[in-house]
Amino acid sequence: MISDFLNPSYLAGFLTLVVIYAVFAIGLNVHWGYTGIFNFGVAGFFAVGAYTSAILTKQPASGDYMTYIGGLQLPYFVGLIGAGLACAVLAFIIGIPTLRLREDYLAIASIGVAETLRRVFINEMWLVNGTRGMIGIPQPLHGLVDTADYKYVYLAIAATVLLVVYVAVERGIRSPWGRVLRAIREDEMTAAASGKNIFAFKMQAFMLGAFIMGIGGAMYASYVRAITPDTFVPMFGTFLIWVMLIVGGSGNNKGAILGALAVWLIWNRTGALVSEAQDPRIFYVRNLLIGVLVVAVLLLRPKGIWGEEKRVSVYAGKEPERGKRKEEEDAEPPTTTVSSAEEAGEGGGAT
Amino acid sequence: MTVVLEADGIVSGYGEVDILHGVSLMVDEGEIISVIGPNGAGKSTLLKSVFGLLKLRKGKLLLDGNDATGLPPQKMVRKGVSYVPQSENVFPSLTILENLEMGAFISGDNIKERLAEVYDLFPILAERPHAKAGKLSGGQRQMLALARALMLQPRLLLLDEPTASLSPRMVGDILTKIRDINESGVAILIVEQNAREALNLCHRGYVLVMGRNAMEDTGQNLLNSEEVGRLYLGG
Amino acid sequence: MAQLIVIGLIMSSIIALGAIGLTLIYGILKFANFAHGDLMTVGAYIAFLTFAGGGHIGPLSFGYGMILAMLAAMLVVGLMSVVIDRLVYRPLRRRNAGLVILAMASLGMAIIVRSLVYLGWGPDQRFYTSGLQYAHQFPLGIALKPDQMFIGATALVSVALVYLLLYRTKLGKAMRATADNMELARVAGIDTEQVVIATWAIGGSLAGLAGVLLGIQSHLMPEMGFIFILPLFAASILGGVGSPHGALVGALVVGISQEASTEWISPAYKPAVAFILLFAILLVRPRGIFGVKV
Repeated sequence: MISDFLNPSYLAGFLTLVVIYAVFAIGLNVHWGYTGIFNFGVAGFFAVGAYTSAILTKQPASGDYMTYIGGLQLPYFVGLIGAGLACAVLAFIIGIPTLRLREDYLAIASIGVAETLRRVFINEMWLVNGTRGMIGIPQPLHGLVDTADYKYVYLAIAATVLLVVYVAVERGIRSPWGRVLRAIREDEMTAAASGKNIFAFKMQAFMLGAFIMGIGGAMYASYVRAITPDTFVPMFGTFLIWVMLIVGGSGNNKGAILGALAVWLIWNRTGALVSEAQDPRIFYVRNLLIGVLVVAVLLLRPKGIWGEEKRVSVYAGKEPERGKRKEEEDAEPPTTTVSSAEEAGEGGGAT
Repeated sequence: MTVVLEADGIVSGYGEVDILHGVSLMVDEGEIISVIGPNGAGKSTLLKSVFGLLKLRKGKLLLDGNDATGLPPQKMVRKGVSYVPQSENVFPSLTILENLEMGAFISGDNIKERLAEVYDLFPILAERPHAKAGKLSGGQRQMLALARALMLQPRLLLLDEPTASLSPRMVGDILTKIRDINESGVAILIVEQNAREALNLCHRGYVLVMGRNAMEDTGQNLLNSEEVGRLYLGG
Repeated sequence: MAQLIVIGLIMSSIIALGAIGLTLIYGILKFANFAHGDLMTVGAYIAFLTFAGGGHIGPLSFGYGMILAMLAAMLVVGLMSVVIDRLVYRPLRRRNAGLVILAMASLGMAIIVRSLVYLGWGPDQRFYTSGLQYAHQFPLGIALKPDQMFIGATALVSVALVYLLLYRTKLGKAMRATADNMELARVAGIDTEQVVIATWAIGGSLAGLAGVLLGIQSHLMPEMGFIFILPLFAASILGGVGSPHGALVGALVVGISQEASTEWISPAYKPAVAFILLFAILLVRPRGIFGVKV
């Protein structure tokens, strides 16, 4: 079990994926953990990010078996930023109609967007080569070292990107802008009453999270070098990241990273365990395990490993758009206790 | 006179906050008891605690002399207590008839006779029994809410601000109906923001302030009291 | 086009069975059951498991064994739904878990259920019976196989029974009352826990039936129900969450639109059509056709 990890090359590959998923988890944390946007279409942003960077960095399409737009051969970091921007634009377009919806409708709408995008990518051959996929996605700084050692270079690059994203988001959350976001998540009505333009804040957070997810997609594309629409099925592209956030603890970025590590570890080790088996069906044990994991965490330890207790009024959460009942006007709503992680200064707090 | 309801030292609230800090009251058979007081005094909380919608953190509840502390609403209904919430007190997508049927849900018997009695008391409901409750006017809805609560022939009726958001004319109608109901033998515990009307109506009244008993007297005495007049009867 | 509309009607009847269950659960518990599609899948596979015996009922492709299998599927999925609620959703409700936590839990259950199907039967397509069935020809270029007529008829009968339940029985009225206002239902003395159990049992068995019918109409695949999630939600929300009439009307609109769209765009986009309808109604009238303004 552990022996695989003693191989540095294997370990580097493992950690690279953890880092990439951590970036996604942080992006999702900006959406759900900080702003309360239930984005169930992460796979859509994943795909758009990955394909955008592929289009930007690859050579133009050639030959009979490749048709796709772009092929601008731009450098890796342009690909990253471009991917982020493309996702931010997508978020803007989707956000205008959907961000005003209540949580569960937004979730359903986001699933729809992701699924529709996936079908477009599959069917429109001219766009990203359909199911044949895009292969040969270039990698940054490839010529620097021997191919055998490249893994470490990429890990270093990925880790750097993660660090930048982490620091940027942490800064953002502690800023006045971030405090407004948290106020919105905790009690939208009160935040609105204080005069803030809720919609604008939500949109900004939505776009920021999407931007981060785009970067994650670009990192993923360069790492695996070949992507097809099947890479972005809901299980991998959306569900896994949600599980990471829930297991690690939503509401803070350390939890996001921790969750990425924990869940990917489980995924990876289960895969290794069953890879000996003859029957390919056995791989679905992984999916089963992840499903059981998330249900178990929700039931037994909803705040995850490192989560903060959501400081929400005791009777919020059930029917968000109904007006408060009379006794809530009579009584001062109490707040639930705050976990020690919160008190250690993990997150800012709404006033 | 038998005591229908006795509440002793009720402490209850929401989350970590206590709203009621030890409230006591008594309802005798055939009485109308009004509970008045300022906003936030805990009047609605009191009714919910009595009916079992809120857990009693301290205190006792006695129904007909028997311990009823901690009984949930379903059991209270079976013991002859009915409750009418202040708002959202009918099923909007059900018809008037269906609402009344729901009022008699736990009764296995044929409700035809009871239905006729209730229609007598509220003739306006008999006019269009298949109208959807959601389409009724505020006053009609309040009538339906009351009627629904009467379907099981309760001995004690708990009313949460029955005249809230009603036009002045409807207020009079409702209060008359409440008196009629009481005259048919039902004890009534009514919580009201409309203090003057509530005191006019009742036999005895309690004034609740900040979750505690503040005053207790007959309805007339409270109406005439200077203090009450100054604090709660306004204009 | 007439043929597409007729096929649309058949698909609508399958969608309707799923959507009615979904909307009832949504209406009473205020929670979006993302596992509903996978409940359909389970139904289909349970029928596959229990389907025995050959023969044919008249021109249908299957014998009486299928009727028994259908009943088995309904029973199992209904039971399963009640158990899952008891073990997973109810504890979360008691803790006042938010909509999102419940939705995530249902997604988790969906994954669990789907993985079990994969583990049990593998990813390949399965069929209840083999062999071709010939379609009857009707005017306007419409061709219908007897199996498809069976599907339509079964769905019709089931929906009629559901309506009978909801509008003529005490339990049904209690279900509608609880969907309107759960606390008031409790206040009136209704045992809302039992209503919730009944809702899951009914919603689940309808989903199981829908799955079997879908399996008859096309084939069995572990992903078959999940693909239906968008049309199911679209139908429920279009018609107004909580409203059975709404689910019916929504199912008709979604089912027919999906099939009709193949005249112009690739069939792979069918769920996208459902999504566009969903999107449109959320923009224009979020409460749906028969929905009540909250």
